[in-house]
Amino acid sequence: MEFQGRTWKFGADVDTDAIIPARYLNTTDPSELAAHCMEDADPDFPQKVKAGDIIVADKNFGCGSSREHAPICIKAAGVSCVIAKSFARIFYRNSFNIGLPILESPEAVDGIEEGDEVKVDVDAGVIYNLTKGTSFRSTAIPPFMQELIDAGGLINFVRRRLKG
Amino acid sequence: MAMTITEKILAAHAGKDSVSPGELINCKLDVVLGNDITAPVAIKEFEKIGVPDVFDKEKVVLVPDHFTPNKDIKSAEQAKVLRTFAKKQGLTNYFEVGKMGIEHCLLPEQGIVAPGDAIIGADSHTCTYGALGAFSTGVGSTDMAAAMASGEVWFKVPESIKFVYNGEELNEWVGGKDLILHTIGDIGVDGALYQAMEFTGPAIRNLSMDGRFTMANMAIEAGGKNGIIAPDQTTIDYVESRVKRPYKVYNSDEDAKYTKVIEYDVADIEPQVAFPHLPENTRPVSEAGRVEIDQAVIGSCTNGRIEDLRLAAKVLKGHKVHSDVRLIIFPGTQTIYKQAMNEGLFDIFVDAGAAISTPTCGPCLGGHMGILAKGERAIATTNRNFVGRMGHPESEVYLSNPAVAAASAILGRIAGPEEVE
Repeated sequence: MEFQGRTWKFGADVDTDAIIPARYLNTTDPSELAAHCMEDADPDFPQKVKAGDIIVADKNFGCGSSREHAPICIKAAGVSCVIAKSFARIFYRNSFNIGLPILESPEAVDGIEEGDEVKVDVDAGVIYNLTKGTSFRSTAIPPFMQELIDAGGLINFVRRRLKG
Repeated sequence: MAMTITEKILAAHAGKDSVSPGELINCKLDVVLGNDITAPVAIKEFEKIGVPDVFDKEKVVLVPDHFTPNKDIKSAEQAKVLRTFAKKQGLTNYFEVGKMGIEHCLLPEQGIVAPGDAIIGADSHTCTYGALGAFSTGVGSTDMAAAMASGEVWFKVPESIKFVYNGEELNEWVGGKDLILHTIGDIGVDGALYQAMEFTGPAIRNLSMDGRFTMANMAIEAGGKNGIIAPDQTTIDYVESRVKRPYKVYNSDEDAKYTKVIEYDVADIEPQVAFPHLPENTRPVSEAGRVEIDQAVIGSCTNGRIEDLRLAAKVLKGHKVHSDVRLIIFPGTQTIYKQAMNEGLFDIFVDAGAAISTPTCGPCLGGHMGILAKGERAIATTNRNFVGRMGHPESEVYLSNPAVAAASAILGRIAGPEEVE
């Protein structure tokens, strides 16, 4: 599994209210949610973000509420993966469950500037900064978790497994 | 093997003699909870799984409390998804507006959650029930969907941090809210990331159930997986008349392992205020400086219980809310509402010029019933003060206990209750 895209950088403790404000939670439609992705952290983000782009953030990304609408809107906005120094636990779990790849790598976060082109090799657990010609280790995503992402999330994964 | 209370509950629900931090387990659940924001997503996912019925009609609990009474057409549609599903599945524990309360005030009050339980809820403040000595944690809608079908969920067993609150008596106007805000201020919003927060010590033993719920409720604001307080007589007195099924009391072993033991002397803790935009930005109210406010909010799953309302009434009695301030009070459940009314607290609130709301999460998450305009400032007894949490992205929220919020409403600026004549 590999991803490549342009990066957008965010600071520490980006909370779920910044990722998708509660005023938009009267819908569950992914594309409606995507139109407001990261709006309270960067009002222009929904317009700027392109398919395949990568979010790079400091520690504790996704803290706060359990709203799955947060990883759902990031995925629906076309973001291919999120790299952070650390993730809040409910967001971490939700991301895998809905099939949004996320990686922890403090070194990569420090070594990437906004706009850098980055390639992520999920199997090897390596993040390449193509703009700067550097590379960083990240925690590798174990095969069953990759299968979960590949299936599009936990529900499809469970269905696929039940069908044998 | 020596275990913490969290490890013991998880082991029992995973059918194991013991578990250790880091171990992946599959865990049977006593309660699976959802609300009108998270359950519509979960129900959609549940229907994809292809099983006709939920695993247990009594253990799947739905509470439409966030955008209810329905604030707009879209919210009405979401609430309808819950209502239709609850009817179709014949759920015992579905609470319609009029019987509904804020979920984390309601479930303990109704005896749905009990000591020793393993509970998940698609709401981050599900950690509240740890106050009863249960393992309880927030998850997302997909985990809820899978658990509605299977009655199980996988967990990584968390490491535990032990917090010891020394000293018998709290300072005047200090409650559970101040202990937990002080703690979050100390360790930070990711200070307990992925970990269990176990609250112990003499000051906890002397704390009422309402104060304990407030503390466990905010474990998530330090990144915690769960907050937990071992049951004692206070717990048993609370659950005795409420819980109608067998439950089990667990205690940590004396030689259980903790990643950290953090001790506080409660004599050093005065009422706290968390400044924008993180719950960790705490300072004692005496050091708040001059912060004028436009709105005060008293209520929520953090501080919407009867003791909280009594405390607010004690400060408000015989006073008027400042002419530049809107004070909104929202009791946590219908029972609390009626109790406050019967005790005469509503007279005090209305005479002071406060608005009293039906139970709802409403303003706490910027949903409805008290949204802030650009540049406005609120003091709130709620749990989060993130950017835009209560309305416009350029508004501000300050967190405090109910006495400080009431005093601030009277004076028009953030103030301690002792400043009110």
